[in-house]
Amino acid sequence: MSEKNQLAEELKVSVIQGDVKTRIDRWIANYPEENRKSALMPALRIVQETSNGYLTTELMDQIAEYLQVRPIEVYEVATFYSMYQHKPVGRHQICLCTNLSCMLRGSDELLEHIKHKISVTNTGEVSPDGKFSVRKVECAGACGGAPMMWIGKDYHENLTEETIDEILDGLE
Amino acid sequence: MIKIEINGQMVKAHEGDMLIDVADDAHIAIPRFCYHKKLSIAANCRMCLVEVEGAPKALPACATPVTDGMKVQTKSVKAVAAQKSVMEFLLINHPLDCPICDQGGECELQDVAMQYGDDVSRFSEAKRVVADKNIGALIHTDMTRCIHCTRCVRFGQEIGGIMELGATGRSEWMEIGTYIEQSVISEMSGNMIDLCPVGALTSKPYRYSARPWELKSHHGISPHDSIGSNIIIHAKGNDVKRVVPADKESINEVWLSDRDRFAYEGINSEDRLTAPMIKENGKWRQVDWETALQFSADKLKHYAATPEMMGVLASPTATLEELYLLQKIARGLGVNNLDTRLRQQDFSLDSHGFVKPELKHSFAEVEKLDATLLVGSYLRHELPMLNHRLRKAQLAGKIVSSINTEKFEINYEINNEVVADDLLAELQLVVDALEKPESNNIDKVYKKIASSLSTAGKSSIMLGQISLMDVNFTKILKLTSDIARLSGAVLNVLPISANDVGAYMVNFLPEKGKNIQQMLTTQMKAFVNLSLEAESDITDGKLAIEAMRKAEFVLNFSLFDSEIQREYADVLLPIASFAETAGTFVNAMGTKQSFKMAVEPQGDSKAAWKVFRVLGNMLDLEGFDYTHSNQVFAEVLENNIETKNELVLEKIDIKIDKKKSIKNKTPLISIYEVDSITRRATALKTASKAVSETIIVTAPVQEVG
Amino acid sequence: MAEVIQNECCYRTNHLENSWDIETYLANGGYEIWKKILAGDLSPAEIIDEVKTSNIRGRGGAGFPTGLKWSFMNRHAPGSKYIVCNSDESEPGTFKDRDIMRFNPHQLVEGMMIAGYVIGACAGYNYIRGEFWEPYKRFTGAIDQAREAGLLGKDILGSGWDFDLFAHLGGGAYICGEETALLESIEGKKGQPRFKPPFPASFGLFGKPTTINNTETLASIPMILAKGGKWFADLGVKNAGGTKCYAVSGHINKPGAYEVRMGTPFADLLELSGGIWKKRKLKAVIPGGSSTAVMPAEAVEGMTMDYDSIAKAGSFLGAGSVMILDETTDMVKSLERLTWFYYDESCGQCTPCREGTGWMYRVVHRIRQGKGRPEDIQLLKEVSGKIMGKVICGLGDAAAIPVESFLKHYEHEFKHYIEHGCSIFDRV
Ligand SMILES: Cc1cc2nc3c(=O)[nH]c(=O)nc-3n(C[C@H](O)[C@H](O)[C@H](O)COP(=O)(O)O)c2cc1C
Ligand code: SF4
Ligand code: FES
Repeated sequence: MSEKNQLAEELKVSVIQGDVKTRIDRWIANYPEENRKSALMPALRIVQETSNGYLTTELMDQIAEYLQVRPIEVYEVATFYSMYQHKPVGRHQICLCTNLSCMLRGSDELLEHIKHKISVTNTGEVSPDGKFSVRKVECAGACGGAPMMWIGKDYHENLTEETIDEILDGLE
Repeated sequence: MIKIEINGQMVKAHEGDMLIDVADDAHIAIPRFCYHKKLSIAANCRMCLVEVEGAPKALPACATPVTDGMKVQTKSVKAVAAQKSVMEFLLINHPLDCPICDQGGECELQDVAMQYGDDVSRFSEAKRVVADKNIGALIHTDMTRCIHCTRCVRFGQEIGGIMELGATGRSEWMEIGTYIEQSVISEMSGNMIDLCPVGALTSKPYRYSARPWELKSHHGISPHDSIGSNIIIHAKGNDVKRVVPADKESINEVWLSDRDRFAYEGINSEDRLTAPMIKENGKWRQVDWETALQFSADKLKHYAATPEMMGVLASPTATLEELYLLQKIARGLGVNNLDTRLRQQDFSLDSHGFVKPELKHSFAEVEKLDATLLVGSYLRHELPMLNHRLRKAQLAGKIVSSINTEKFEINYEINNEVVADDLLAELQLVVDALEKPESNNIDKVYKKIASSLSTAGKSSIMLGQISLMDVNFTKILKLTSDIARLSGAVLNVLPISANDVGAYMVNFLPEKGKNIQQMLTTQMKAFVNLSLEAESDITDGKLAIEAMRKAEFVLNFSLFDSEIQREYADVLLPIASFAETAGTFVNAMGTKQSFKMAVEPQGDSKAAWKVFRVLGNMLDLEGFDYTHSNQVFAEVLENNIETKNELVLEKIDIKIDKKKSIKNKTPLISIYEVDSITRRATALKTASKAVSETIIVTAPVQEVG
Repeated sequence: MAEVIQNECCYRTNHLENSWDIETYLANGGYEIWKKILAGDLSPAEIIDEVKTSNIRGRGGAGFPTGLKWSFMNRHAPGSKYIVCNSDESEPGTFKDRDIMRFNPHQLVEGMMIAGYVIGACAGYNYIRGEFWEPYKRFTGAIDQAREAGLLGKDILGSGWDFDLFAHLGGGAYICGEETALLESIEGKKGQPRFKPPFPASFGLFGKPTTINNTETLASIPMILAKGGKWFADLGVKNAGGTKCYAVSGHINKPGAYEVRMGTPFADLLELSGGIWKKRKLKAVIPGGSSTAVMPAEAVEGMTMDYDSIAKAGSFLGAGSVMILDETTDMVKSLERLTWFYYDESCGQCTPCREGTGWMYRVVHRIRQGKGRPEDIQLLKEVSGKIMGKVICGLGDAAAIPVESFLKHYEHEFKHYIEHGCSIFDRV
C-alpha cells in the first residue's frame, strides 16, 4: 500500500467499533474460528441498522476488512438478499407483503393507501419528511394474519386502512 | 478401469471421472459453457445435459461421475430436447449483435447455437440490457452478452487467486462484474478473455482491429520471462494483432500471463527503428544496410586492435542464435568482455566461475514440492506462471516460506514469512536453526522454515530477482547454499529473463574478460549492445549511460529508436522482434524451444542472426556461412560450449562479516517494464498504474554501516 | 363434523400462558427425553428405530422419511458434524414453523439436541428467515434458558458430552429454504444451491457431514420418543404418521395454523378454519404452498390431508400450506403474482430457472395487461416444460408447476384475457 493509501485508510473511521463491534463479535463467536465469513450476514444487518437503514460501498468495504474477506464477496451477499438496502430509505421502511395470500385479502389496495398516506408516488421513494418509505415484499410467513406488513423487527397483521393509520401515526 | 457406453460406443474410464471428460477423451462432443477442465465444476449452464439410462431427468455430463456399466445418450431425443431448451433460454436475453461482436467467429455460444438453436426465437419481450463496467485497460466488457457461466469468477477465485469479479444480485438481475468501478489487477487477468465463451469479456487492445477469419496463426514462444510460454501469434497481413496462449501442459498449461499476452503492442510501437542510421560529425543520417554494416565493420576492426577496451553487452531476451553469433563475432575479434547479466550488481564470484541460473525442477514438479523457501523474490511479478505453480502447491497443503525485503501481495498464504531489510542476517538465522535446532535463542519462524525444508520429502530454495540484484548476492548465495546443504533442499537461482539459461549455454560470459560492472567502471573505447536500453535494462542505468557517452564508438542493435541512444550511440541497426525472426529460447528448466518467423520484420529491420552472419563475413571471420537459423542452433548443440566452470560454492571461502551487514533495498522492477517491448505496450502501461497503486513501491536505501 | 382433535404434538403447549418459557416446558414433560439420553438410557440406534416406527416424513415439503435420513449419517466418523434446522419458511402460504418457534421453542431445541446426539454432531444451527425477529428471539431465549439450566453446552449434566446450539438469521431469500442454499448462507455466501452429489450427509455445513430437517420435523421428535413411535404412527395414515401443522390462508374466515392429524378430511380442515369467507363458494385450493399444483374445488371433494390422497387428487401435500381461493378470484392475476415471486426469487445460478422464470412472468403479465396473443398459452406450457427437470434445485420445478396447473384448470380465463383484454369478471 502506498503511503497515501495508508494515510487515507487511517483517516477513515470504521463503523465497526463500540457496540456495533461487540454485536458482530458475538456473532463471529457462534461459528468455527476459520469460518469468520459466516458472520457476514449478521454484520450487514447490524451495520445497516445503525447506518440509516442502508448500506454504502464504504460500509461494505469496512465489513470486508473486518471479516477478512474480499470486498466483492460482501457485495455479492449484500445484493443477493432482499433485506439489505442500497439506497436511502425512510426512518421506517414499511415492508408490505403483496404475495398471493395477502393479495387475496386486499394488499394491493392497502399499498395505494400507504402511498397516499406517506405522500409518495412509487415504492422505494422516501416520504418528504424522511419518515417513511414503502416496499413491496414477498411472503413473510404470516399469511394467517394477511394482509400484513413488517417494519423494522415488528410484524403487523390483519391490516386495515384504519390499523395502518394507527400504526404509522404511532411511530416516531 | 470401468466400462461405460456412450451412444452405443464402449468407452473405458476411471470410476468417478466426470462423464464430460470421459466423452471428451473418446472424442464424443457434448456442448458446454460453464465447464472448463482447469476450473471447479459449477454445473450452472445446463448445456451439457445428456440422457443416462435409469435416471428420470437429463443429467449434466460435467457433474455426473461415471459408474460401471453406465449407458449414456448424448444425442437421443430426450438429450437433444434438453440441450435445445437450454440453448433457447441462453439466447432469449443474449443480444443478436454477432456482426459487431469481437467474439464473432470464435464464439462458443455462436457455435453451439448453430447446432441447437431454433432459427426463430419466440421470445418477444424486451431483452435484458446490462450496463458495462470499466474494469481496466486490458479487458473490454459487454456485459449484456454475458451468459452467467461464472468461468471468469471462478478463474479469479481459483487460478488468479484474488477474487475481483463476482456475481452480484440474483435471478435475471444477476450481474457479473466488479460491482464498483475498479480495475482488475490480477497479473493473469487476460485469461478471462479466453475463458469467456461469449463476447462479454474481450481484449481491449485488440478490440475491433480484426475478425478471426482474417487472422493467420503462428506458433511462438514468449520472450518476456524465463517460462517460455507457448503462444499463438495472430497476424492480419503483416501486423501482429494479438497473442493468445497455446496449450502446453508442461509449460504454461492453458494460461498466459498478462505480460506475455499484451506486450506485443510494443512491437507495433511508433518508436520502432525501421532503418539503419549512422552518426557522423554529430549528425545522424539514414543509410542503407550495406553502408551501415561496412561502416560498423570498419569501426569494429579498428577497435579490435585493443580488444580489452571493447565491451559487448546483450539483453538476455535475445535468442540463443543471436547470442551465440554475437559472442562468436566478439571472440573472433579477440574480445572477451561479454555479458548479459544486466541486473546483477555483485560479481565477486566471477573469478571462480559463473553462477548457473537454473530451475532444477520441472514446472510440474514445483506443484509437488513439499517445502519451498523463496529468498528475495516477488515471484508473482517476476515469473507469474511459476508463482501459479507454487500457489497450487501451497493450496494443496505444501509449505511455502519467504524471506524478502518487502511484504508483497501474494495471492496465497505464505506459511512462514520474514520481511526484513537485511536478508543476510535473516538467512544466517535459518542456518543457525539448522545447525542448532535445540537452541532457544532462535525465533520460531526461522525454526519453522528450517524444519520445513529439512523434514519435507522434496524441498527447494529459490533465489529471485531481488536476491540476484542484491549487492550481497554472493553472500546470499553462500548462506542459501549452506541452508541447502544442511537441509537437503535443492538450491535454485531462478532465471528471470527469456534466455538467461541460453546466454549461459552459449557462454555469453566474460570468461577471461571484464564483466559488465568492470566494463562500466573502466573506460571502454567501444560498446556493442544487443537489444538493450542501457538506461532501463541495466540496474545502474545512470552509470551505464555515462560509460556509453564516454566511449568513442557505440553500436546498438536495437528494436527501437530513442533520444538517449541518439545521444550516446554512433550506429543504430534495426533488428527484428520475437515475432519477426526465427530462434530459440531456453527456459528456466532448460527446455529449448525454437520458433519460426510469424511476420516480416518491420520497415527495413532485419533478423539479428542474419545481420550477424553478414557482419561476421565482412569482418573476415571464419564460419559465418549459415543459410538457416537451424544451422546456428545445430552448431550450438554440437559445440556444447556450455560453460564448464560451474561454481562449487563449498570450495570458495566466502566471509560474512556479521556485524557489518549492509542494509540495502534493491529497487523493484515493475512487472510491465522488464524489457524494451513491454515498456512500450500501451495497455500494459495503463494497467501497471493500477497495479503499482496496490503494491509497495520502495526506494533504494543507503548503506547503514 | 366429528370433533377434530387438535394440537397433540408441536402446538400442544400453545394454549398455555408463557408457553415459550422453560418452566412451562419442564412442567409439561419437557427435556425428559434429553435427560434420559444423557443418563445413557436411550441409544442412538434405539432413537432411530423409534423415529422409523413413527413413520414421520419430513415436514419441509419433500416428505422424505426422517428415520431413514438420520441413518445415513455415520455418527462415529471423525471430525465435526452438524445438525441444521430449516426455519426459513418462505414458501408463499407457509407459516406453521413460526408458531412452533413463537410458542413452543423448547420442544424444537430439545428436538435439535436429540437429533444432534443421534448423528454425533458437535453443534446445531437453526436457520431462521431474517424477517422472523420475534420467533428468533423466542428461539434464542430458549437456547439461553437451556444453557443456563445446564442442558446445553460443555459436558452437559456431567455426561462428558459437548453440544451447543445457535441461530442464524437469513436476509430475505426464498431459495435459502433449499437445504444446500441454506448451508451456503450460513457460511456467509449467497444462497445458491449446491450441485448434488455430494449430499449434505457427506459434505454439508463447512464441508462437514450434516443433517438438515425442517422445524416441525425436529419439534415432533421429543413427543415421538416420549409417547412412542407407534403412538405417533397411529395418529396418521398408512403412508405417513403423526399430526401435521397446516397453515390455512386466503379467502377463509379464520386463517391460521392448525395442527391436526395426518389424514384429516380437507372438509374438516376447512370447517375448522371457519369456512370460506363472505359466504362465498370455493373456487380452488393450493394445498401445499405456492409450488404445489392448484386444484379446482371439484378435485378436493372427499380428499384427506395426506400425501397419497392429495397426490391422487392431482397435487402435493408439500409443506401443508393450504391457500383457499374463492369464486371471485382472478386466476390470471393470481398466477401473475406467483410467477413474479419465482422470477424475483430465482437465485440466478442456472440458465433455465434464471431465464425461464422471467420469461413466464413477462408473458403472464402481458396477458393480464390485455396484450396477450393466442399462441401465448402454448408458449407458457412449453417454457414451463423446458424448465422442469433441467435445473440444479427444486425452485425451477416449483416455478413451473403453478404455470402448468393454472393453465390446466383455468385455461379459459387466460383465453378470455387474450380475446377480450380483461378478466372473466369484467364486462366485455
Ligand atoms: C426452493 C425450495 C425452498 C424450500 N423451502 C423450505 C423451507 O422454507 N423450509 C423447509 O423446511 N424446507 C424447505 N425446502 C425443502 C428443503 O430443501 C429440505 O428438503 C427440508 O428442509 C428437509 O427437511 P425435512 O426432511 O425435515 O422436510 C425447500 C426446498 C426448495 C427446493
Ligand atoms: S463474463 Fe463471460 S466468463 Fe464471465 S460469467 Fe459472463 S459469459 Fe461467463
Ligand atoms: S457444462 Fe455442464 S452444466 Fe455447464
